[in-house]
Amino acid sequence: MAKTKITRNGAVEKKLIGLADLVITAAQKAKDPTMAIPIRALSNVTFNERKGLLEMGSKKQSRSFFNVGMAKKFMQTILVADALSELQRAELTTSLREIYYRTKHTIQDSHENTFDTQDESDPIIEDLEVSLTALREELHVRAENGGSVVGPLVLGDDGDRVDCAKLGKGGYSVPSIVEPEYVEIRRCTADFVLLVEKGTQWNRLSEDKFWRRYNCVLLTGNGQPPRGVRRLARRLHEEYKLPVYVLVDNDPWGYYIYSVVKQGSINLAFESQRMAIPKAKFIGLSSADPERYELPRNVGIKLNEKDIARAKELLNYQWFQKPAWQAEIKRMLASGLKYELDALANKDFQYLTKKYLPRKLKEKDWLD
Amino acid sequence: MAKHKPAVAASKKADSRAAPAVTAVEMGARQRDISISEFFTKNRHLLGFDNPRKALLTCVKEAVDNALDACEEAGILPDVTVQLEVVAVGSSALPPASQATRFRITVTDNGPGIVRQQIPKIFAKLLYGSKFHRLRMSRGQQGIGISAAGMYGQLTTGKPVKIISRTGPKTPAHYFEVQIDTKKNEPLIHENKQIKWDQSCGTQVAIEVEGRYQKGRASVDEYLDQTSIANPHVRLIYRTPEGETKEYPRAYHELPPSPKEIKPHPYGIEFGMLLKMLQETKGETLSSFLSSDFCRVPPALADEICKTAKVSPRARPRDIRGAIAETLYHTIQATKIMAPPTNCLSPIGEKAILSGLYRQIKGEFYTAVSRPPSVYRGNPFIIEAGLAFGKAPDSTAKPEKPAQPLAEGEQEEGDSELARVIRYANRVPLLYQQSACASFKAVLATTWRNYGISQSRGALPAGPMVIFVHIASVWVPFTSESKEAIAEYDEIHKDITLALRECGRRLGLFLRRRERAAGEFRRRNIFELYIEEVVEACNRLKGGKLPTERLKAQLQKIASSRTGGSKTDKTLGKTGAGPEGLPHSIIVTAEGVDGAASLLPDGSPSGQPLADVSDEIQVKEKRPTSKPGRKQTTKAMTGKKGLGKAVPVPSLPKKGASSQRHTGAVHTGRKAHPTGKKK
Ligand SMILES: Nc1ncnc2c1ncn2[C@@H]1O[C@H](COP(=O)(O)OP(=O)(O)OP(=O)(O)O)[C@@H](O)[C@H]1O
Ligand SMILES: [Mg+2]
Repeated sequence: MAKTKITRNGAVEKKLIGLADLVITAAQKAKDPTMAIPIRALSNVTFNERKGLLEMGSKKQSRSFFNVGMAKKFMQTILVADALSELQRAELTTSLREIYYRTKHTIQDSHENTFDTQDESDPIIEDLEVSLTALREELHVRAENGGSVVGPLVLGDDGDRVDCAKLGKGGYSVPSIVEPEYVEIRRCTADFVLLVEKGTQWNRLSEDKFWRRYNCVLLTGNGQPPRGVRRLARRLHEEYKLPVYVLVDNDPWGYYIYSVVKQGSINLAFESQRMAIPKAKFIGLSSADPERYELPRNVGIKLNEKDIARAKELLNYQWFQKPAWQAEIKRMLASGLKYELDALANKDFQYLTKKYLPRKLKEKDWLD
Repeated sequence: MAKHKPAVAASKKADSRAAPAVTAVEMGARQRDISISEFFTKNRHLLGFDNPRKALLTCVKEAVDNALDACEEAGILPDVTVQLEVVAVGSSALPPASQATRFRITVTDNGPGIVRQQIPKIFAKLLYGSKFHRLRMSRGQQGIGISAAGMYGQLTTGKPVKIISRTGPKTPAHYFEVQIDTKKNEPLIHENKQIKWDQSCGTQVAIEVEGRYQKGRASVDEYLDQTSIANPHVRLIYRTPEGETKEYPRAYHELPPSPKEIKPHPYGIEFGMLLKMLQETKGETLSSFLSSDFCRVPPALADEICKTAKVSPRARPRDIRGAIAETLYHTIQATKIMAPPTNCLSPIGEKAILSGLYRQIKGEFYTAVSRPPSVYRGNPFIIEAGLAFGKAPDSTAKPEKPAQPLAEGEQEEGDSELARVIRYANRVPLLYQQSACASFKAVLATTWRNYGISQSRGALPAGPMVIFVHIASVWVPFTSESKEAIAEYDEIHKDITLALRECGRRLGLFLRRRERAAGEFRRRNIFELYIEEVVEACNRLKGGKLPTERLKAQLQKIASSRTGGSKTDKTLGKTGAGPEGLPHSIIVTAEGVDGAASLLPDGSPSGQPLADVSDEIQVKEKRPTSKPGRKQTTKAMTGKKGLGKAVPVPSLPKKGASSQRHTGAVHTGRKAHPTGKKK
């Protein structure tokens, strides 16, 4: 477990202990202990058009102990709550994986494990986040680090001064928790934030010192950006009023990554409030780009069945209803092709840095 | 030599300028008789003497088969001793059994003995025997067996076959040493004298052979094990070459009903055979020929056949030839004729099979099926199948104890073991050529997945399971003289398949029921397991200050009220039965329960009365001890639909199952059918 000292949060601990009380009270009344857990699915998500973000609805599912189908999950939930409260008492943070190992053991007198894989414990942590309305950081659980930043930005981390302009092309690895108590933004002189889906393209831009030329903060989350990256972008946007541009592959997954940054995710809609950046812009790769930038057809990839199905799903999402977006997605479907950012290298290794992004920025060619 | 000839001929055709051709006269001069013994000297693999290990088994097998045949035919409960001794070669010291190359096989029976004059021919003349020319079920049928074993011994060690035989307490015992003159296929007598023998009747044959002794698959040991499964009326003593003595006690104290000799049945008899019979018959008229030379053809039916075939019933059989004969043949085949009498067959019987399987194989579920008789090529036969499924209860109980916790991605080690098929023909285990055998093929062709047993395509079903298949017939159609595999006649295949399906169906029922019971147990069990975890975690959450026992008790109360409470406890058999409330084995036959009778643990003569109360009986861990002095009663038939009613969860009512079993015989739950299948 990590050594980072953090302040003890009495409220969260109380909420966790509340679960034990739930069991005890039910037992006294000879009732089946049951907890109510908000549903984390599209059916329980609404798009708040005014705020431009996803909000979780009020639908809940009950999880009862004495129900064959739920008994194990109920038991697991209590075990995870116990581990989380242990973290609170010890004032430690930990990873999802460590929670899994901490709570895994063989149930007495059986061959059954409390958990067989981490896939069982991760969703339970999310269940607890939503049902206790506690943020993951408040639960002292770290997500994976998986993100990098470079640019004219000075941070304070554990008392160290981190100047993101002086970290070579590797940059600073974004921690999973970037709340002000953990990471302090001391100075930022950039004009905008560019959030790049892929680490490979971020490397290209960092190596070419794109950020110096265009005075921006370069962020990547290596795929679906983890909370730390999203939260850092949001803070820069909020505290320094920087516009945020998102650069992703031209495929349905790229569109969805953009939408998560902008409006929040379906799974953790309750966190949109502090994660989403409703004003974020989609800078590329757009399905209009291949024609505009004369990318040969042979660097495209044929959409597979899954891509097509996913794209059609996106078309139905409320937050993709703007005509420009409908056109964007339909154009991709019509062409039957998807393009990776990497495909730009077909024209020139530095095409992204030297031609594509400069022209995009100049023409203000982005989608909202 | 025989091998070379065709090759030479072929090369001649290819190149005519080669060595001068052999003239027809020269070839003619080379033609001569081949004695049967010379033939088999060259082709000993045909008789099962291909290698030393198999040869040792074949010799034991031939002698034991004969001993059992003789005893049964004479109405004597067989007592057979098999002794294998290592023999030193030359002047070297006695090697250990596993290294030895030469053995003396001595098989002694308490049978009727053999009259003096017959002894040399029986043991030193191939194709001499009493069983070939008749239609009657017996182990031996060809008249080759024991003399071939003797010949193999003579060939590999040069030693004669030594025989002692005595036909009764009033006659002397005779001692013979005989060898076979392979040219003439006639016996050579080396020694012949009267001796004193401590047995009042019986036969002992000793053969010295080159062989190899190795336990395991297709070994002498396995053969004797399997013999004992299918012949529970035999007492067998086996002195191994390692000096141990194994005894297979008698579990059944009645001889199987003696099979009657029958005449051929008209169905399926070949046309040529019919012609031959027409020529050789003693019958004066066609009608009397049909009714007296075949079984199941009463005179009226014979006349009817003649009428349909448009032949006079008074025609002389010898005159029936050509087209008329053919019409007659087809008419016979098209006429409805009763199935052959079954008293020519002596099936082992479901009870005895169960008993044998239960004694020799540890399992959880046993069943056996005897099919009604059927006919192939005019020969009646009966198929019997059985199976022993699962692990012994005590070995299944073990892993319940703290097992190794599983790592991520790891799975409970499944048994990759496949089922084992044990095959029999006329009560003789067949140990070789499994894949060529109709029985084995039928096992493969059965879709065991229908019964809840996994099976890969074209493979045996998954084990642990032993599948038993027996064919009893007046003439078993072996694929070769070594009597190792059964030929695949359609009728035989069909009947084996039907028998296996019935076994499978019962197994499926058993498995489903067990699963259901286990499911209910699991439900209860889950809650109990999880309560511990939840209470401990709550206690930690509350800072260790929780009255945990009280919380546990409260939760357990809720759990039990939600899972049917004490009612479920009873259903689950928590009130006394095994750890999961499941009986450890269930024995089902079509006739209901064969509980006690087949479960005699020690082969003592008395059985317990049979419980006809319900369709299954649970066998508690302690197998019931038999009640001495009680005579085994033959149970009433309860009809084939027995199993259909066998629904309740196996564990249900049996508190003190064994006592219930006794009283069970009193209420005959289902109505007895007046006609017993077995007499
Ligand atoms: N132990 C014995 N006691 C009494 N008679 C015997 C004994 N062994 C053999 N015979 C007689 O000798 C005959 C010849 O035996 P053999 O084993 O050679 O042939 P088989 O048993 O008739 O047929 P198969 O070749 O199929 O074994 C038998 O038919 C039987 O009548
Ligand atoms: Mg024989």
